[in-house]
Amino acid sequence: MTVLQATSYKPKALVFAGYGLNCEEETKFAFDRAGAEAEIVHINDLIEKPELLNDFQIAAMPGGFSYGDDLGSGRAYGLRVKNHLQRELSKFLQRDTLMIGICNGFQILTAAGILPGALLDNSGARYVDRWVDVRVTGDSPWLFGLESLMLPIAHGEGRYHLPKQELKTLREEGRIALKYEKGEVSKHLDLQANPNGSIENIAGITGCRGRVLGLMPHPERAQFFTQLPHWPFLKQQYQRSGREIPKDGPGLAVFKNAVKYFV
Amino acid sequence: MAVRIGVRKTVPDSRASAKLAHFRTLGLSKKPSDVAIVDCYVIDASISASGVRKIAEALINPLVETVEVNSISAPGKFSHAIEIGFHPGVTDNVGNTCREMICDLLKAKFKTGEAVYSSKIYFVSGVSDKDAKTIADSLHNPLIERARVLSYQQYEKEGGFGALVPKVKLPKPEAPLKIDLEVSDDELVAIGKLGILGRDGKRRGPLALDLLYMKAIREHFRTLKRKPTDIELETLAQTWSEHCKHTILSSPLDEIKEGLFKTYIKGATEYVRTKKGEKDICVSVFKDNSGAIAFDDEYLVTHKVETHNSPSALDPFGGAITGIVGVNRDALGFGLGARPIANTYGFCLADPKDKREFWRDKDRTQKMLSSRRIMDGVIEGVRAGGNQSGIPTPHGFLSFDPRYRGKPLVFVGTLGLIPRERNGRKLYEKEAQPGDFIVMLGGRVGADGIHGATFSSEAIDAGSPATAVQIGDPITQKKFTDAIVREARNLGLYTSITDNGAGGLSSSVGEMAKESGGCQVDLDKVPLKYPGLAPWQIWISESQERMTLAVPPKKWQEFDVLMKKRGVEATVIGKFTQTGKCIVTSGGKKMVDISLEFLHEGLPVRELHTKKPVRLTPQPVPESRDIKKDLLELMARPSIASRAFIADQYDHEVQASSVIKPLQGSGRVHGDAAVVKPVLTSERGVVVADALFPTYSDLDTYAMAASSIDSALRAAVVAGADPNKIALLDNFCWCSSFDEARLYELKRAAKACFDAAVAYEAPFVSGKDSMFNDFKGYDDKGPVAISVPPTLLATAISVVDDVLNTVSIDFKQAGDRLYLLGETNDELGGSEFSQMRGERENVSYGGNVPQVSFDANKKIYAAYADANAKGYIASGISVGRGGLAVAFAKSCMAGMLGAEINLGEIPGNAKSLSQKLFSETQGRILLSVAAGKSETFEKSLAGLPYKRIGIVLSGKKITIANGKMITITLAELLQAYRSMFAGF
Repeated sequence: MTVLQATSYKPKALVFAGYGLNCEEETKFAFDRAGAEAEIVHINDLIEKPELLNDFQIAAMPGGFSYGDDLGSGRAYGLRVKNHLQRELSKFLQRDTLMIGICNGFQILTAAGILPGALLDNSGARYVDRWVDVRVTGDSPWLFGLESLMLPIAHGEGRYHLPKQELKTLREEGRIALKYEKGEVSKHLDLQANPNGSIENIAGITGCRGRVLGLMPHPERAQFFTQLPHWPFLKQQYQRSGREIPKDGPGLAVFKNAVKYFV
Repeated sequence: MAVRIGVRKTVPDSRASAKLAHFRTLGLSKKPSDVAIVDCYVIDASISASGVRKIAEALINPLVETVEVNSISAPGKFSHAIEIGFHPGVTDNVGNTCREMICDLLKAKFKTGEAVYSSKIYFVSGVSDKDAKTIADSLHNPLIERARVLSYQQYEKEGGFGALVPKVKLPKPEAPLKIDLEVSDDELVAIGKLGILGRDGKRRGPLALDLLYMKAIREHFRTLKRKPTDIELETLAQTWSEHCKHTILSSPLDEIKEGLFKTYIKGATEYVRTKKGEKDICVSVFKDNSGAIAFDDEYLVTHKVETHNSPSALDPFGGAITGIVGVNRDALGFGLGARPIANTYGFCLADPKDKREFWRDKDRTQKMLSSRRIMDGVIEGVRAGGNQSGIPTPHGFLSFDPRYRGKPLVFVGTLGLIPRERNGRKLYEKEAQPGDFIVMLGGRVGADGIHGATFSSEAIDAGSPATAVQIGDPITQKKFTDAIVREARNLGLYTSITDNGAGGLSSSVGEMAKESGGCQVDLDKVPLKYPGLAPWQIWISESQERMTLAVPPKKWQEFDVLMKKRGVEATVIGKFTQTGKCIVTSGGKKMVDISLEFLHEGLPVRELHTKKPVRLTPQPVPESRDIKKDLLELMARPSIASRAFIADQYDHEVQASSVIKPLQGSGRVHGDAAVVKPVLTSERGVVVADALFPTYSDLDTYAMAASSIDSALRAAVVAGADPNKIALLDNFCWCSSFDEARLYELKRAAKACFDAAVAYEAPFVSGKDSMFNDFKGYDDKGPVAISVPPTLLATAISVVDDVLNTVSIDFKQAGDRLYLLGETNDELGGSEFSQMRGERENVSYGGNVPQVSFDANKKIYAAYADANAKGYIASGISVGRGGLAVAFAKSCMAGMLGAEINLGEIPGNAKSLSQKLFSETQGRILLSVAAGKSETFEKSLAGLPYKRIGIVLSGKKITIANGKMITITLAELLQAYRSMFAGF
């Protein structure tokens, strides 16, 4: 396990849980590996004690299947956030904090009105699990120094949509953070770049001057080398050229960036 | 009054486009020109107008959706409106979530009986009345759903569909009956087969108790000098069902007095565990909901594979989702609760192109779903259940045979992970204590799933109860799973836990009562979905997403508070005792008073006998006349072809554990094993592999079972497992199991299980059987009976020390050397090649079925594992269905690399090229090694049957040399491989 050089300060990350969110453990683990101190908090515990938020610098809405996507992905959980935590979260974001919404978490952030837009059914009208390449196209502490990433997606409703005018504004403000592109992994697997028909190939957007990132791909599912779909091939390449086989996957950088923002 | 709210997209709706494309494949007289979908919520609750407005606003994202209340206007012109909704009482997850959302939004509570019901309206343009009916048929399953079709004119005239409320209205339940068993044998048979005769003159549904069992019950109650109550009889039927007691595998059979299970399955495990001594990997076998082996010093891995065949035949989606979510509870119900870490699936189906039509009844009113509908439904069910539960599905298979048309086999498996200890307490052991509260956790009880256990122990026919069908609710289960494995378990808040599956409370409480020595249940305490259930129904209902726990009274408050905080319902329904009795009361009256001894040990011993079937010895399949054509056709066979469309829609990355994925290499080809890394801080992995060869059963079930186990184990080894650390699971899916010839075949298969497990020193740790996979019904000519081929699914699991040493199937680099380990014999009997030729030529071919040489294979597997540990292996694939040619083609396609092989001299007695390429001789592995390592690798194989057969090339074609040269391009192979399910 690679952990950043120990510093005296570890930013604290709150990872939401409950009602069918299901990526909280691996998201917490990615933060911990990156040098943060992450804690999984059930939304009901936070509703009961919203002041808990004061202790955290980072809030993460992880992936999952909250409420089974029953009323549309992220809607029911987003409403629960809005009904009970709107004020507290806006207070949280007024501080110099970071927030990330991954997959279902991104859908929840849009449903709660924290990020703009909608995530519609994939163009193929079916759930898709695959790897994609994304190009970094916007400024965000989460993406500092990164140009592109190989990450997996797994969702039924990931087609980002925003009306033309708003989209133009979003673009001009540099808030389109990630775009699907045909890169290493899509080429290797011979898959098209855009997995869901997202408008302008959008995979992620930001809010609060880049401090809030919402994205459909899962960086926490790319935190180990052995998660890459072509790792057995890459392993042979590394071995035959006498190079050391890496431990980390490309997604870990996102979490390391969050930690770097505070240390 | 009920209110209807309708939500419609204002931007292009991809769901509607997909439906339109689907409708256009239905063979309508005129293709529909447009489809629009409106999601509807009928709210049957007293809510103010402003409340309704608030709800409507909450249900949409105004950027992309619009909402209407009550009058749902169509999006422009349409020819027909079709509404699909559930029948009363069918689990409506969307409706339930909407209710929960409303309660949160309005800070209000729904009164008893108030609810939200979801439905969808499809506005279809440009079709005739008849076509609209066909479309409606394609959109719903009449067993669980209702469809209403209105033409444009009708819709306008009637102002839409109104707000139909599918509320459950049950007649006042019948008072409990005392059943007179002092009746004729014919009447006893009728009670057992068709059910208890109610006061309304109707039978209540199958008990699946035959005359022998009915007489034993009569005898027991004679000694008690009283008549049994209806609920007692139902309890015994559930507990004694084949589904729960596995009577076929437990009964004395010929000279095997202890029964097949004890002698051959458990017997093998006991032998292996003793032999291995300190190297034994088993921790908990055959006594819990799953079997468990060691993962490391801290954790255990559990596994269980179940089937859910009968329900899936009637409602494929509901059957499959209930199956997968149900087997998840076998992990959660292991010890004090294991966390599910991976799901597996396997569907044995008829070809989706199979157009045969069948009915369950003589009058042909109850039509069986088409083979395509069954396939689509089961795939969707496992997707919904697995994805929503946040459990990865890294592995599965499809297997096709026309005999799966009557009853499909739906295999679902769940691996679990559990710490060995917490706070000084062993988590893999449990024991309800006298005085502990009996707590029901999770969903509520309704009429769903009544007679599920007894139903699955019977053949499907017209009397099959529709209430046996259920729909799973993965989110309710996810909520309590998290609350149990993350919190309550580690806090030590309960002493025992088990799943409420087949037989409902009667089974789960009855089983746990064995731990304490008795139980006392008050059915009035059981929370119900709706009023009107009779006590016997509450007791045996199989309503899903429930666990039963034993909670010590002093822990109850803490437990209850925790569950409430997690949005989980928990109810005390009684207590565990040590009276030796199972007591159930309702309305203050005792309804059940049976001794545990009679309940669990009272079923009479039935001696079974076998008779060797007379088998024809058909001629072996003739030589291929065109190897290239035959190989390409094999690649497109449904049991071999790419099912990437399934892997792509099953989340296999969640939990961040994926290592060897369902699709491997650049060409995205299926392997036979998957590897997951379930503990984030550990480099250890779990390998899971499975195999089955049902077509071999026509020739010899011993060979069938031996090959299944050998192949499953080999696939695990090839992926990187240590052959000394493999555990097995058996799933028997048999047919007509009272037929002596079928029993003979069963005995042969069970003997093979024993021989294989003992030879490989691989213990069985869990298993399941389903013995009556028969369909009795009608086709357009008359009565038909279809039985599945005797099927054994063998599963192998193993723990590897470092996932970095696991192996994928794809060739890695041009210049790598190719090796074939093991002998290739003249064994085309039962092979995919033989099946294919047989179907093409309308002949039933025989020939030599593969014979497994356990001792020879064991050496090969050890040598492979050793070579892998030394880092020699660049790729490995188990030679299985389709033979060497298919394995070779798969590794080439996966690596997107060409290769050349020469089969002039390979070990074994295969002579002709067809035999060498398509024989399914077991024990073989095809692998590649970097050129620089080939010499040392070969030295490590001294004395073993192997051959360097070729080399990996950069050109995109394969060449097979054996006298003459056969060349096929990768493009041709991939095209064939991906053609079968293109468009699925």
